[in-house]
Amino acid sequence: MAKTKAAWNRADPGLPKSLSGIQGLDEITLGGLPKGRPTLICGGPGCGKTLLAMEFLCRGALESDEPGVFMAFEEKEQDLISNFASLGFDLKSLVRRKKLAIDYVHIERSEIEETGGYDLEGLFVRLGCAIDSIGAKRVVLDTIEALFSGFSDESILRAELRRLFRWLKDKGVTAIVTGEKGETLLTKYGLEEYVADCVIFLDHRVNEQIATRRLKIIKYRGSGHTTNEVPFLIGKRGISVLPMTSMCLSSVVNSKRISSGIKSLDAMFGDTGYFRGSSILVSGGAGCGKTSFGAQFADSVCRGGERVLYFAFEESQSQLARNMRSIGIGLDRWIDKGLLKIVANRATLCGLEMHLVMLHDAVEEFHPAVVCIDPITTLTGAGLADEAKAMLARILDYLKNEGITILATDLNQAATAGDSTGICISSLCDTWIRISTEPQGHQRRRRLVIIKSRGMKHVQQEKGFEITDKGLRINDIPEASKEA
Amino acid sequence: MKKTAYKLVLYVAGSTPKSLEAFANLKRICEEHLKGQYSISVVDLLVTPKLAKGDQIVAIPTLVRKLPPPLKKIIGDLSNKQKVLVGLNLID
Repeated sequence: MAKTKAAWNRADPGLPKSLSGIQGLDEITLGGLPKGRPTLICGGPGCGKTLLAMEFLCRGALESDEPGVFMAFEEKEQDLISNFASLGFDLKSLVRRKKLAIDYVHIERSEIEETGGYDLEGLFVRLGCAIDSIGAKRVVLDTIEALFSGFSDESILRAELRRLFRWLKDKGVTAIVTGEKGETLLTKYGLEEYVADCVIFLDHRVNEQIATRRLKIIKYRGSGHTTNEVPFLIGKRGISVLPMTSMCLSSVVNSKRISSGIKSLDAMFGDTGYFRGSSILVSGGAGCGKTSFGAQFADSVCRGGERVLYFAFEESQSQLARNMRSIGIGLDRWIDKGLLKIVANRATLCGLEMHLVMLHDAVEEFHPAVVCIDPITTLTGAGLADEAKAMLARILDYLKNEGITILATDLNQAATAGDSTGICISSLCDTWIRISTEPQGHQRRRRLVIIKSRGMKHVQQEKGFEITDKGLRINDIPEASKEA
Repeated sequence: MKKTAYKLVLYVAGSTPKSLEAFANLKRICEEHLKGQYSISVVDLLVTPKLAKGDQIVAIPTLVRKLPPPLKKIIGDLSNKQKVLVGLNLID
């Protein structure tokens, strides 16, 4: 963490930032929201504006020791407290400890008669009072647009809003202002006109029945930022913005090796196996032995006393263990020893983002040296192909940055599909092994070829391989040897 | 009607021209239409900012009719007498 923060500072020497503490948001903003300035968060109903804003305050109060004021124009204090309790935020306790102040501003047009000039000094007084009462460094106004339905004189309102944002800047508080998405403008009443420093847009859409949330930084004056739409999730710990990682290829490379668990395969990589921290793709048609490949690797890693996290998207833990026992790979003992953890669920259980978060959580919790994803192809069932590819890139990037070796299997529907993989992720992988079966007389023989392996010598000859009751074994194809 | 049947609170923030004008306008209207039946208290939010929350004050100046119910609010300098009277339910 400290290291990445230093990297952000290097990237942005001038602009002081306020860490949001929201998972992933600080990465894509290179260090948080602009300190002492207002940020506009806009989006349609139910897109997560209020949550993001409140989480910003809670995390600020808890993690950065910056108390915050939440000025609510839509929800009552009590409603906020109960809504956020379900996400694990104890607002009541924060209020009691003077880390948070909530002020509910209620404006009822029907109660109010307007005659002559007025200003919104009352709002300033209340906000100032709340800020001073807890020494707040952060402020949320959710959503200030409610003022527009409460007062009829728009010119007064606009002048007062301008004054408000100037006032907030003078106060030196880091503020979030939320706004409802508008038809033509970013927000219904054009709040973006007043908030010039940072604008973040949230989107909630449904694609082929799978709901996805997206976040986009529309602008961030004086700072670099990612311009992509980034998926985010509302989980049980609040918001997680994905990717957790880098916009750049910055993983530290390792030249240490790790055995593939198959001696004869290690031999094909110059006797030493894969690079540690690299990504290995094993692709092949149905019944080629991809899972066996993964299992044997896992077994070998555990044998060396390191941890393996195994994502099984097709088989349950006990099925996997039983099947592998039949080829002499005993996974149970590693599970018992706590070296192997199998996470088995259907890929269609949830959307891609959810998978990514689950993977992320599991990795954080288990600290594996190796992650197997078997098969990575099924994840396409949980989202669109393009999204799946982007998501896989994130998964691989994330794991690589953590220095974790990844072995992913890829189901190639057509065994003859040649040098392409089901979801075209070959370019993301460092080592690509293709296995296949081909008919020979009345039998099908297994074949294996290393299509690529970045940065190391490898045998380019096609080999045969067998699944024996003592695991996998690679052998020469007599004809191929002759050709050579 | 009893005395002080109309309980009015005028919220201001400092002695700004608008606030002074609102008070003067209010006083005049009350003397004219509610003589002997009203009380006006002035709350300066710069002195007692915490009172703003109770009556949900956002705009300044705001006149709140506490009594008789229902609660009524009139914002602005109260320069339009007709509107003030409507706001206080003194005429329809």
